[in-house]
Amino acid sequence: MKQIKYLAFALPFTFFACGSGENTETSTEEVDTVAVTEEVEEEIEEEVVSGYSVGDMATDFSLMNIDDEMVSLADFPEAKGYIVTFTCNHCPYAIAYEDRIIALDKKYKELGYPVIAINPNNPEIAEDDSFDKMKVRAQEKGFTFPYLFDEGQKIYPQYGATKTPHMFVLEKTEEGNRVAYIGTIDDNYEDESAVTERYVEDAVDALLKGEQPAVTETKAIGCSIKA
Amino acid sequence: MIQTKLIISVFLSSLLTLSCSTNENKKANNPKDSETEVTSFERNPKDIVTVDDVKLEVYDFENFEPFTKQMDNKIHIINFWATWCIPCVKELPYFEQLSEKYPTVEILLVSMDFSTKIESDLIPFIQKNKLKSEVIMLHEPDGNSWIPKIDPNWSGAIPATIIYKNEKVKFYEQSFTFEELETEYLKFTK
Repeated sequence: MKQIKYLAFALPFTFFACGSGENTETSTEEVDTVAVTEEVEEEIEEEVVSGYSVGDMATDFSLMNIDDEMVSLADFPEAKGYIVTFTCNHCPYAIAYEDRIIALDKKYKELGYPVIAINPNNPEIAEDDSFDKMKVRAQEKGFTFPYLFDEGQKIYPQYGATKTPHMFVLEKTEEGNRVAYIGTIDDNYEDESAVTERYVEDAVDALLKGEQPAVTETKAIGCSIKA
Repeated sequence: MIQTKLIISVFLSSLLTLSCSTNENKKANNPKDSETEVTSFERNPKDIVTVDDVKLEVYDFENFEPFTKQMDNKIHIINFWATWCIPCVKELPYFEQLSEKYPTVEILLVSMDFSTKIESDLIPFIQKNKLKSEVIMLHEPDGNSWIPKIDPNWSGAIPATIIYKNEKVKFYEQSFTFEELETEYLKFTK
């Protein structure tokens, strides 16, 4: 990515060097160059926003957990994969799913798929999502999984998380942590008893059987990540 | 106040006789109602929650969808929001402001609040902020069944907004400033 940017900056020099003659020519080229730079920057932005698709290899990270220790995916050598959950304190949709996230960890940690929760929000915008308040919430709810703070908000854009809650099921492979499922936990945020599709459970169950999930991507309403 | 457009079509008002008196009062308060407006489809809310002078219609997706496809030569702005959503609440006044400046625009605020919070949160919010734009609730907890029908690229994050006029549709998964909203609106007036 950086290389592309350098290329864009290098272009004006090339043009200036070539068109050393007439003024009019130089000014036209200046305009062209500006357009090129903008185009390249837009492309870069899109690249970041789009995030992972199913099948991509997900990056590892080192983020501060609520126990003040740094946590990485690599810290779980026994894991067969991960249920990476972008969630937060303030969002009612995230709150509605807290108990179900705890249940996922309880069920799948021992089967090799621990929940790794990450709060992607900027606490300057969403006050309730400060690191201190994360500790309080984790204590109140008895979180059994790491609840990490995306300091500097570097990780969520790479995954392409846009909202809370937003789930990424990763399968550990020889090539890396492969994204196997992206989306929502199930098909009813409001009423767990009315749930008919348990997407994350189905995805992990399939992976545990050595198969790929039947449903790899779902959409759900959530709170936009506060950047 | 909020449901200025509710009882416009003649057959609709006959269907909803219960609400006539309330809506006549609202009509008197809103200059928009002096114009002849015709809703191009039959409204079919699955529930109507009334608190004081606010009457809030709750829709499933099937009956909400016609709001997004009205071929009536008007510019429609549909905003998905919730009372607890910080950036949504921040941009709500801009939709109201746009409607004041361009009275022909049709604004619909679609609440994603929990259906259990209509009386405790949503209607008090409408009253407190004196919202003039129409507010309805879309209650369809299985987002995956309908979000891609609004726009295939929508991740489901709110706020999100549709602007459309007849066949021309643009979807925005973002927050607006007033200037940004006005710029996008004006693109549809050309």
